[in-house]
Amino acid sequence: MKLQSLNRPGWLAVLPALLFTLVFFILPFVGMSIASLTAKGEAFPTLSNYAQFFTKWAYLQGLVNSLEITVIVTVVSILIAYPFAWILANVVPERWQRVALLLAVLPFWTSYVVRSYSWLLVLAEQGIVNDTLQLFGFMDEPVQLANTRFATVTGFVHFFVMLLTLTIYANLKQLSPNYRRAAADLGAGPFRVFWHVILPLTLPGIMVGAFLTFVLAIGDYVTPQILGGNTELVLPQVIMMQFQRRNDIPLSAALSIVLMGVITVVYFACAKWLKLERT
Amino acid sequence: MMRALAIAYAVAVYVFIFLPVAMLILFSFQGSQVPVPPFNGPSLKWYAAVLSDKRLTAGLFNSLAVALISSAVATVIGFLAAWGFARYTLKWAGFWKGLISLPLAVSYLIIAMGLLIFFNWAGLPKSLFAVGIGHVVINMPLCFAIIYSQMTETHANIERAARDLGAADWQVLTMVTAPMLWPALFASFFLSVTFSWDEFVISFLLTRFDTTLPVEIWNLLRGGLSPKTNAVGSLVFGVSVILVILFELLAFRKKTA
Amino acid sequence: MSALASIENISMHYGPQTALDDVSLEIVPGSYTVLLGPSGSGKTTLLSILGGFLQPTAGRVLIKGEDCTDVVPAKRPTATVFQDYALFPHMTVGDNVGFGLRMRRVAKAERDVQARAMLETVGLPDAFAKKPHQLSGGQRQRVALARALVVEPQLLLLDEPLGALDMKLRRQMQDELKALQKRVGTAFVHVTHDQEEAMALADQIVVMNQGRIEDRGAPERVYARPATRFTANFMGESSNFGKVSVRPEHVVVGQGFDAVVMDVVFQGSFKRVTARLDSGETVFARVAAGASVVAGQRLKLGYAAEHGMEF
Repeated sequence: MKLQSLNRPGWLAVLPALLFTLVFFILPFVGMSIASLTAKGEAFPTLSNYAQFFTKWAYLQGLVNSLEITVIVTVVSILIAYPFAWILANVVPERWQRVALLLAVLPFWTSYVVRSYSWLLVLAEQGIVNDTLQLFGFMDEPVQLANTRFATVTGFVHFFVMLLTLTIYANLKQLSPNYRRAAADLGAGPFRVFWHVILPLTLPGIMVGAFLTFVLAIGDYVTPQILGGNTELVLPQVIMMQFQRRNDIPLSAALSIVLMGVITVVYFACAKWLKLERT
Repeated sequence: MMRALAIAYAVAVYVFIFLPVAMLILFSFQGSQVPVPPFNGPSLKWYAAVLSDKRLTAGLFNSLAVALISSAVATVIGFLAAWGFARYTLKWAGFWKGLISLPLAVSYLIIAMGLLIFFNWAGLPKSLFAVGIGHVVINMPLCFAIIYSQMTETHANIERAARDLGAADWQVLTMVTAPMLWPALFASFFLSVTFSWDEFVISFLLTRFDTTLPVEIWNLLRGGLSPKTNAVGSLVFGVSVILVILFELLAFRKKTA
Repeated sequence: MSALASIENISMHYGPQTALDDVSLEIVPGSYTVLLGPSGSGKTTLLSILGGFLQPTAGRVLIKGEDCTDVVPAKRPTATVFQDYALFPHMTVGDNVGFGLRMRRVAKAERDVQARAMLETVGLPDAFAKKPHQLSGGQRQRVALARALVVEPQLLLLDEPLGALDMKLRRQMQDELKALQKRVGTAFVHVTHDQEEAMALADQIVVMNQGRIEDRGAPERVYARPATRFTANFMGESSNFGKVSVRPEHVVVGQGFDAVVMDVVFQGSFKRVTARLDSGETVFARVAAGASVVAGQRLKLGYAAEHGMEF
């Protein structure tokens, strides 16, 4: 039962948060939207910024690169993280699981910038990977690993494997052990228990993790900028370029809105899929 | 056999996860100029260089200040909002709650750009204060969500009892509600500090001269690969790990108590 | 009749703790066995060992003459109904029930026929296409039963199946379980802590305490002439006349020992009398609902020799 007639304290309490969100989030977003509809030498409103996105190949390419990289990262991260989370949840003895999990996500606490930098070290021409490859005779000369799409994907996968291990582990742990027992009791071997029962039941959790991965990766500027070099730019890099180098605020605003649009579309697709799963 | 395969796989993943961090820390003690094999060391000269670098230490201090202050603000207004929505039936509550939670769904880059455009238009300069505001924007929804989810009917009844005994609203909040929700408040604050401390894009776009540590590290990267960057990275990592261990110990002590 | 299943000298140790201590038991074909006891008595552990989910530290489990101690649940001729039913939430009721058949590579058409038939048997003819979350607790329980029975196990194991249901539903389900068992003919082994449930259902009650079997036998005998004091106390209320224990309904008013009435409580179909014997002991007795007995009244309380329980 809530205090009906004395709502004033309630409004007073929520007001700071509401005002803050309105002034420092909604308003800037509205401002950005309005800015995206302006252009030098043209009357307001104009769609020329958005038109540029569809006509100039460089911008569209940015989005395409973003999507390609993000999808690869999402799939690879899930494929690596799921078995790993499974092993942590089911093979590692119970009392070591917390420690094992903590160890698995410890590198989370290196600063984001630092983490990408350390991959630069690992993948450098004189770095450990190249040295090892040459040591075992796979190559005669160092291979360009850093400043490539491969490096960007590796940097992303590293981060998201940790994140997804956490979420998938939590998902697996909260499944009642009786599901496995019941399936086994009815004649299913370990693989069929997994295929018919565990996998379908963890699929919604994987979906949520995949969505999180997608959203975080597609909007990220740091990792591609440090590891990807300047060849295949992703959309955030394109946005930053318009902003910093060419100081074209309306265009970067428009590109940002396009990015948001893509994320929103994916959000609704995932939400729809999750709702279908429920029924 | 399956078990051996599983263990081998897990070890391989652990190696993958720790490889960059291991390289980072190892070569922060590098004797020569480049943080790649071969390892000539160990040497502490890079740590000395970091600690005597005025820009880096200033960046560290700025990061801490921004993290602590913005997290405190985010926690407080998030707490107040959670309390308001949980204890009172407000009109269009669903809509307002959704609004407050919206920043969670938006990329930091876009939030940063929006704020920059807004501050430009409003005539406010780039500064650490602007970064603080940006960090409150990204962290407040999180605090709200965490604290709101912890406000139960049991708590409501205890508050009613306090009112029944004569406490005014602000007294209820400070002497009853906040202490009861201490774990949620602490978790929100801690999480906010973690996100703010490490945050790059908003800090990058909203500062000019005085800036936070991640941005200073970024500037270091301009100079190419250097063990000095390793050193500062390792320091940041070390401090974070210690904080996490402290948090774990505190959380555990709460459970046994 | 030879035993369907045989538990021989089963012990279960967890380090220094003993969950089961040298327990032996036989299950007769077509019977309803109830493992009854308080929590920690080992009844659920014993059921898990029967089902193959736990390996005993010592002893053997024989089913139809074969040593099944090391056999995994998938290959054991048992089927278990779990306490939380464990219905697969992402499958329809029909697919849930047919799951065991699918694991035995029965074709879909045949699976569906058998599943529908079994759902009829448990009283859910219309549930085939529904999802578990659309069913009530009692309905879900029947689906769990159907799923276990459709694979025609030698033994059906039930782990506190009625624990999650309210009183009225529980009574109803007890009747249905008993009828179902008679109809299907499979041997049931049912774990519970509720002695009334055990007495209503069992052909054989097995009373367990702290990892050991205290008593076993037909409900009437275990209730009226329990082998141990623990069994007597667990199966129902009793009063002590010196060394002899007597059930309240067997206490006779009007002859025997002198006593004074302490309290009379109306219970609907009878009145519960608490009296103190001159020797100091408290005795519970029952009188007719219309009888006029009041506190402070002096009367004589006794019992027939055949109702006295001595240990």
